[in-house]
Amino acid sequence: MIKSKNDFLFMSGVYLFIIAVFIVTFYPFWNIFIISLNSAEDTLRGNLYLWPRDFSIASYKQILSDSEIWTAIKVTVLRTLIGTPLAVVVISMLAFSLSKKELVGNRFWSLYFVFTMYFGGGLIPYYMVLKSLHLIDNFMVFILPSMMNVFYMIIVRTFMQQLPQELDESAKIDGANYMQIFFKIILPLTTPVLATIGMFTAIMHWNSWFDSYVFTYSSDLKTLQAVLVKILNQYQTGAMVGDAQQLADASKRMAVSPDTIRMAATMVATLPILMVYPFLQKYFVKGMTLGAVKS
Amino acid sequence: MESILKAEPSKSLTPSGKGGIRKASVWGRLKEQRLLYVLMLPALIVTLLFSYVPMFGLYMAFINYSPGGGSFFGQFFTTEFVGLEWFNYFFTNGDFYRVMRNTLAQSFLSLLFGFPMPIILALMINELRNGWFKKTFQTVSYMPHFISWVIAANIIITVLSSEGVLNNILTGIGLIDEPIQFMQKGPLFWWIIAISNTWKDMGFNAIMYLAAISAINPELYEVAKVDGASRLKQILHITLPSIKPTIIILAILAVGGILNAGFDQQFLLQNNTVLQYSEVIDTYTYKYGLQNGMFSYGAAVGLFKSVVAFILVLSVNTMAKKMNEQSLF
Repeated sequence: MIKSKNDFLFMSGVYLFIIAVFIVTFYPFWNIFIISLNSAEDTLRGNLYLWPRDFSIASYKQILSDSEIWTAIKVTVLRTLIGTPLAVVVISMLAFSLSKKELVGNRFWSLYFVFTMYFGGGLIPYYMVLKSLHLIDNFMVFILPSMMNVFYMIIVRTFMQQLPQELDESAKIDGANYMQIFFKIILPLTTPVLATIGMFTAIMHWNSWFDSYVFTYSSDLKTLQAVLVKILNQYQTGAMVGDAQQLADASKRMAVSPDTIRMAATMVATLPILMVYPFLQKYFVKGMTLGAVKS
Repeated sequence: MESILKAEPSKSLTPSGKGGIRKASVWGRLKEQRLLYVLMLPALIVTLLFSYVPMFGLYMAFINYSPGGGSFFGQFFTTEFVGLEWFNYFFTNGDFYRVMRNTLAQSFLSLLFGFPMPIILALMINELRNGWFKKTFQTVSYMPHFISWVIAANIIITVLSSEGVLNNILTGIGLIDEPIQFMQKGPLFWWIIAISNTWKDMGFNAIMYLAAISAINPELYEVAKVDGASRLKQILHITLPSIKPTIIILAILAVGGILNAGFDQQFLLQNNTVLQYSEVIDTYTYKYGLQNGMFSYGAAVGLFKSVVAFILVLSVNTMAKKMNEQSLF
């Protein structure tokens, strides 16, 4: 393929660039991974680059023996498992209705939904409304607001509009109503794009911290990410007293430190995502490009 | 089943209009389509409750809301109307300048790095031969997009800490003698946000450009090869001009979002030593509106942001549409 000297130089540059980006992207993950597997005392010596020097799973043992983490895992898994299918159903039902050109008021309703992409009440009135609806410190605050997403609706609707029209026309002649056409004919054909938005919604649920951090107080409603924010905050305020305290800890020859605990907690929250998403890649690439075409 | 029986006759009985076009009255069509409305209903209610009701709630920016003064909506009628006083307070108390400066600076720097990087990355990825290396690289390049900002902040703070790997390397190769306290230096915060944003999203944003590149007619490259054009020349004269419309539209849209400097990044990466540089509109709204209990003031700042952002997005969208038409015809 490579013919000239110029092309050879060029391709060397390309590979150099790609490898640099690869390292910059991947290495930070690897760095916290090895810190989480290194003993706290040894980590303080610094210069930990490629492998754990003093291998230890004490940090993982410590956080996994903490009931707070297990509650958080339970809440996070629950909101993901309940929230995702509900959102997919609500969004696809709306997309189906709006994909019908004959729908009375189609333009009005499209505008009704699309407008919310560009204008909103902002955080404070939103909080007040949640409070009026008794959703503050309520598990449903994780589920209800995230049942709708206009951008995903547009992706699904675009997909549905590209399906052959004859499908539901012949179904109509056979006497099927809209409900039956949707559930029996359109929904099965839409699964690839539903998988895409379902995956995005599931990742959103797994990753969200703000609603749990701000809209709930009870410790049994804190998600994994919200617990991680708490750990991070403790570290941020601790950083001021920081070094002296850490040296004192190290002299006690401790196997874990706030730092290694933080790394282990970060890994526990990250690993599920990193393990699942390579298998789902093809869906989100499809969804991204599909959404880009229309919007 | 009953509904089918009902729906059918209403359809066949609809009077034919002039020219044979079947057109039922709006009421008749609504009745026929009631199942479509049933399917729409959940989304309609969710959007009403969580998007439109808060918009009406913005009225609180013009009153003196107090948390102990009765129900939220009830206070709209019972509490004193203060007009634009909260806005006035925001523009005159000195915070306005600082918050806007931080917001715009962080957005602008994020664009400076975050906008060209995905383009360059897409061009480079496109040069790679299809194979395991390309696949692995792409998988890794999307990775940071799928983790939360909580995790990203944990990673960034660790890497940049005084015992962190970056300081280790810099002292190791003798560039610095003392570790740099990256997270404690105010002006550096803007750059840290910009680079973090770029790190997190460049791989994912490259997808859009890769899609545009894959749509280029391969014959163009064949012809160029026959003419003896080098790979670099092919990029400059074929690939880049072909994806120019995508670049322009994404650039315009990015400018429209300039007030959305983010919330998570700043909130999670900031600490008290850098507050002068880290605070953006959204973190400011949160701090005053919820943490300090100045609800009406927070709502006013939020409303100011929403309105300006809305006008920005609307104007750039019109621009994007015009550009799109130009490039099509």
